[in-house]
Amino acid sequence: MDLLRIATAGSVDDGKSTLIGRLLFDSKAIFADQLDSVEKTSLERGSEYTDLALLTDGLRAEREQGITIDVAYRYFATPNRKFIVADTPGHIQYTRNMVTGASTSDLSIILVDARKGLVEQSRRHAFLVSLLKVPHLVVAVNKMDLVDWSQEVFDEIRREFTDYAARLNIADVQVIPVSALTGDNVVTRSQNMPWYQGASLMHHLENVQIASDSNMVDVRFPVQYVIRPHSNDYHDYRGYAGQVASGVMKAGDKVVVLPSGLPATIKEVSTADGPVDVAYPPMSVTVRLDDDVDISRGDMIVRPNNQPKVAQNFEAMICWMSDKPMKPGQKLAIKHTTKTARALVKELRYGLNINTLHRNEEANHLDLNEIGRVSLRTTKPLLADEYQKNRTTGGFILIDEITNNTVAAGMIIEAE
Amino acid sequence: MKLKNAAATGMRYQLDQLSALEAESIFIIREVVAELERPGLLFSGGKDSAVLLHLAAKAFAPAAIPFPVVHIDTGHNFQEVLDFRDAEVSRRGVRLIVGSVQEAIDAGDVVEERNGSRNRIQTPVLLDTIEKHELNALMGGARRDEEKARAKERVFSFRDDFGQWDPKNQRPELWGLYNSRLNHGESIRVFPLSNWTELDIWHYIERENVILPSIYYAHEREVFERSGMLFGVHPFCTPRDDEMVRTQMVRYRTVGDASLTAAVASTATTTAQIVEEVATTRITERGATRGDDQVSEAAMEDRKKEGYF
Ligand SMILES: Nc1nc2c(ncn2[C@@H]2O[C@H](COP(=O)(O)OP(=O)(O)OP(=O)(O)O)[C@@H](O)[C@H]2O)c(=O)[nH]1
Ligand SMILES: [Mg+2]
Repeated sequence: MDLLRIATAGSVDDGKSTLIGRLLFDSKAIFADQLDSVEKTSLERGSEYTDLALLTDGLRAEREQGITIDVAYRYFATPNRKFIVADTPGHIQYTRNMVTGASTSDLSIILVDARKGLVEQSRRHAFLVSLLKVPHLVVAVNKMDLVDWSQEVFDEIRREFTDYAARLNIADVQVIPVSALTGDNVVTRSQNMPWYQGASLMHHLENVQIASDSNMVDVRFPVQYVIRPHSNDYHDYRGYAGQVASGVMKAGDKVVVLPSGLPATIKEVSTADGPVDVAYPPMSVTVRLDDDVDISRGDMIVRPNNQPKVAQNFEAMICWMSDKPMKPGQKLAIKHTTKTARALVKELRYGLNINTLHRNEEANHLDLNEIGRVSLRTTKPLLADEYQKNRTTGGFILIDEITNNTVAAGMIIEAE
Repeated sequence: MKLKNAAATGMRYQLDQLSALEAESIFIIREVVAELERPGLLFSGGKDSAVLLHLAAKAFAPAAIPFPVVHIDTGHNFQEVLDFRDAEVSRRGVRLIVGSVQEAIDAGDVVEERNGSRNRIQTPVLLDTIEKHELNALMGGARRDEEKARAKERVFSFRDDFGQWDPKNQRPELWGLYNSRLNHGESIRVFPLSNWTELDIWHYIERENVILPSIYYAHEREVFERSGMLFGVHPFCTPRDDEMVRTQMVRYRTVGDASLTAAVASTATTTAQIVEEVATTRITERGATRGDDQVSEAAMEDRKKEGYF
């Protein structure tokens, strides 16, 4: 059984929570007592039908306002796959929570209200999905029940989306007409839309190929922790613990430790259960080397002929997540793989208009939820790749050193 | 290990979902130890904390677990669970810190609630224990599938000076880049099992032969029915006159206070049988077994805001 991480996206009230509720309900992942409670609450509110959005909108404020504020994680499984679903908020004020949900996902579902067509939030989220390099995208054109199951409406939205997406970098896009409320094309194929020949949403989720999404080529092993048992049995033991970010590692491999550049050979790759033949993402393992090199947290084990940049100057896209605007000259903490340093925002190259993808080079600050390209200098060298090549070694967060809040998500475009 | 990871799909480098969850949890536990000076692991003796302790041992092997285990003892525990706690602590060679609710009541620090439930008053005891031992990060075995407020919580979840959770103002949590920076007086709760479901936990217990308190397996017990649930007869949980006591095969799906936690009718005496049972059950574990969560729609959210784990 493999694992697929999904995140929803789309504008307020497009039906994201209802769709997830429907997926859970129709795949029998809802327990009787959960359903009772949702039915009771729906009734108390005088709702004509069971409001499946209540299955994920778990906070008091969310239920009171009928909107999603923060990501909810839900789980279900079919015989071959386990699904982790992040139901994210559509409200623009909570965009950072949408980014949180999308950052770790394999697949995004962007909902579009068939009556309204693409709105700014749909474009913004499609752009974020491409920026965050989520490998698979489904556009669910929802509320088809309210447009008489019209093929024209669907075709028009699909055309409009395809035009917009052509300017983005998304590898795999599927557009599916659904009704989250009635369940059409969610788990079972719709009787109301015989003109649609494609798979239901669930069928697609169960069958989308994810095996080739991981990078198995570039060996990147950020050292997370050094294991040194204080016991006589393991007197000289030094194990470098971490999670394989990309590539395949095994005993006997010639490696280089960065940033020192010292060469070594892998003596053993193991877990607590003993040595393993090969380690690949996302395994958490312990690596031991033949040679006695000095290694600490934040260092990286890589192959000699395939190395990341050891760099202190970066070009990056950032998504700003704080109420306090970002201004060039600002100093922040940066966390990148297992390394933390300080960073100076040297320049704001441009701010981006999500609707038109126009670059505003006159921009002198980024407000909450705005996206722009910056150049950064860090106090220590980071071991980095372009985000487009490696989601782990290309991503970083910026932290306000006074409030300690996470204020930006960053994606490296260029390192030197 | 080779066998465990070989995916059913036949893909060469595809980790099966249970191993992927294990890898994620181990990464999180190591991150806590690498970034925070004084972590601890909250150990209730339940199945989730048993799995968490098992993962902690795997994360640092062959070295010892580099942090203490914390138990908030409500004084209403099942004896089997206390015995299990002590056996685990000595087997793993970890230090045990106990925060005692009974001592806090005796000292007049907290007042027992009228209904005898110690669920609410364990929160101040937990906070005192954290403070006294200067722990700044506590790992716990809570899972997002347990409850709708938990489904909303980050893996690294911050508590202010008063131990309170602010659900509307959580830090964004991107990729595996956990921001563990603390403001003065703040502490962190970390949930390495966030993405596990009850069924995952049982599959893992089966795969790894994780040892559990005996009450998780079906056994004969004197029980009586109350609000549609089966309660075991216990010094802290006695039947009223109109409640009939009978002996039957039951097991516990969760482990909490003996006064609040109900058993379920079951004949599952092995882990494999429990996996089968959990896979087909139609009621959540909390719905089936907790008297305390049914008070109001947002009972859990309210308790968490007050500093409950
Ligand atoms: N007729 C119809 N109504 C729908 C459908 N899907 C959702 N709705 C309704 O649309 C409203 C909003 O649905 P939600 O699921 O809460 O929307 P959301 O996208 O999760 O909203 P936010 O999370 O706040 O951004 C609710 O009243 C739903 O019942 C649909 O397919 N058809
Ligand atoms: Mg919603």
